[in-house]
Amino acid sequence: MMTFILRRTGSLVLLLAAVSFITFTLFQLGPSDPAAAACGQECTPERVAEARVALGMDQPFLVQYADYIRGLFSSRMIGAPGAQTLCEWPCLGKSFQTNENVADIIGRSLPYTFSMAIGALVLWTVTGVGLGLLAALRKGSPVDKFIVGAASVGVSLPIPVTGLFLLLLFVNQLHLLPFTTNEINSPFGPQGPGAWVANYLLPWIALAVLFSASYIRVTRTNMIETFGEDFIRTARSKGLAPRTVTFKHGVRAGITPVVTMLGMDIGLLLGGAVLTEQIFSVPGLGFTAVHAAISGDLPVTMAITMLAAFFVIVANVVVDLAYAAIDPRVRLQ
Amino acid sequence: MTPLNITTKKASALAGATATAPFLEVRGLTVKFPTDDGVVSAVNGMDFSLERGQTLGIVGESGSGKSVTSQALMGLLKGTSAQVTGQAMFQGKDLVTLPESAMRPLRGRNIGMIFQDPLSALHPFYTVGHQIAEAYLVHNKASKKQARAAAVDMLGRVGIPSPEQRYDEYPHHFSGGMRQRAMIAMALICEPELLIADEPTTALDVTVQAQILDLMSELQEETNSALILITHDLGVVAEVCDNVLVMYGGQCVESGPVDDIFYDTQHPYTLGLLNSMPTLNSASSRLNHIPGQPPSLLDLPKGCIFSARCQYTELAGDGICTSQRPELRLEDGHGKRCHLSGPQIITIRNSR
Repeated sequence: MMTFILRRTGSLVLLLAAVSFITFTLFQLGPSDPAAAACGQECTPERVAEARVALGMDQPFLVQYADYIRGLFSSRMIGAPGAQTLCEWPCLGKSFQTNENVADIIGRSLPYTFSMAIGALVLWTVTGVGLGLLAALRKGSPVDKFIVGAASVGVSLPIPVTGLFLLLLFVNQLHLLPFTTNEINSPFGPQGPGAWVANYLLPWIALAVLFSASYIRVTRTNMIETFGEDFIRTARSKGLAPRTVTFKHGVRAGITPVVTMLGMDIGLLLGGAVLTEQIFSVPGLGFTAVHAAISGDLPVTMAITMLAAFFVIVANVVVDLAYAAIDPRVRLQ
Repeated sequence: MTPLNITTKKASALAGATATAPFLEVRGLTVKFPTDDGVVSAVNGMDFSLERGQTLGIVGESGSGKSVTSQALMGLLKGTSAQVTGQAMFQGKDLVTLPESAMRPLRGRNIGMIFQDPLSALHPFYTVGHQIAEAYLVHNKASKKQARAAAVDMLGRVGIPSPEQRYDEYPHHFSGGMRQRAMIAMALICEPELLIADEPTTALDVTVQAQILDLMSELQEETNSALILITHDLGVVAEVCDNVLVMYGGQCVESGPVDDIFYDTQHPYTLGLLNSMPTLNSASSRLNHIPGQPPSLLDLPKGCIFSARCQYTELAGDGICTSQRPELRLEDGHGKRCHLSGPQIITIRNSR
């Protein structure tokens, strides 16, 4: 167990190093000029040059990268010589656009992304696994065919379509839900959990429609396979109640691929649901990342990319731990 | 338990049996599976009966309907697309028509089942002990502690060393033979009166096979249960069975006491099976197989199901073998489903 965690932490660090280096390099190769963007509309070549120095972009590529990495371990000074400001640890740089600490920007965006992710996750897991199981238990019946059909439709509906449709229907036409506001990003805020749910319900549904479709299919396929296993026949031949056979013996064995999927999806979603956050104007990580990438805001883009990679890798470790907890044959070595 | 005890128990059971209906009586058991390609006739009218303390061997090649027969008796086909008809009277209940809810209390409690491959038949995620205790808890009002004690005791009885420790191990920690012992322990924990063993030794190596067979015979004697042993291994049959039922294409082609089947064989298919067994002193390097393939269960021949592979159809004459399905004819408890007469069979046997 200890070796497992140590080894996975080691690979986490290596992967993050690789991700950061690649992002940094890609950014250098890209066509955008952050200095020009930072200096604004009325700009002279001199001011662009000044901005370039202020942003540290006059330095050689590797020096810039080394400076950036140094900031992850200690505070450092940022800015043009003579006008430097302190960037406190953990220093992810300062936004080229607003000169704000990137760590603060991330900290501000995270609660929105978490709010979106957690509800959507619960919603799609419950519906996806529930409906998939129901379809497997009623294999071949009209119920099964309806669920499978609905899943095919759901998986082919892109977020912009479902999202805009939901907004049109529930906010614009029926006035059942408020339009999403930036003021709510936690169920523990002053407006209370009810307002939090109301605020995020539509993005949750939009994500759940897309994600639960694949969960239905994976759950259904795996459960049908599992229900055909010999140990299910053994469980029945012991005289166990159908409920025990289905859940204790069937679901526990058939659910492992869903756990894998879930881990990966959580990791991806925590890195920011770009489209969903755009559609519903939720200023989470995805929303912030898009704006940073468009405006050539390297530090913000870097930070969000690395954070997304971090979430994916951690989710993978959690999946492995969950596997070991579910399946005694899996040993963490 | 002393030997004396066993004999008295057995004697009383036999005495009871003569007065009442057989312990298990199967009449005209038929199982059909509707598929996209047509109806698969897996079992086509099985008749047999069984008393407590007896062992019935059901022999046949793959696809002859052995396992389907056992699953039909177990009620495991209920809730599937399979169409089971006929009658299987067990303790005054018809296992064929019994609804699932009434069948469940019988499973594990009155009818136990042992499966072929103990690795896939045991749940990989639960400890061996837990799975055995679970079987005990369904049918007995007991605490978890009592169930554990019962399971540990049962593990010991099936010959698993240090059962207290092995209780908490998973199936993948067990060797093949140990797994099958655990499987037997699970099937016997509630001391069912009828035990169905579906190829219990097929997945095991030969030395372990013998141990498992001995164990099953011992436990059967201890509890005076009836045993249905499904196998394709004639050696196993000769060793443990009292009566044998040879299946082909979902039908019983020959049945009778084990000695009759082996030494007074009445059906060409059984002859073929026996003839295909390698012997230690045979000079031939090739095995004597039965030419041809089993009939398609989607489209069974009109005449004798074995006629397409039978070498002796001309002997019966008039093409009767391909036009008319023979009935199962019983003579002194020895049944055969063949148009050939007794003397004809004897001639065939002697010519081999």
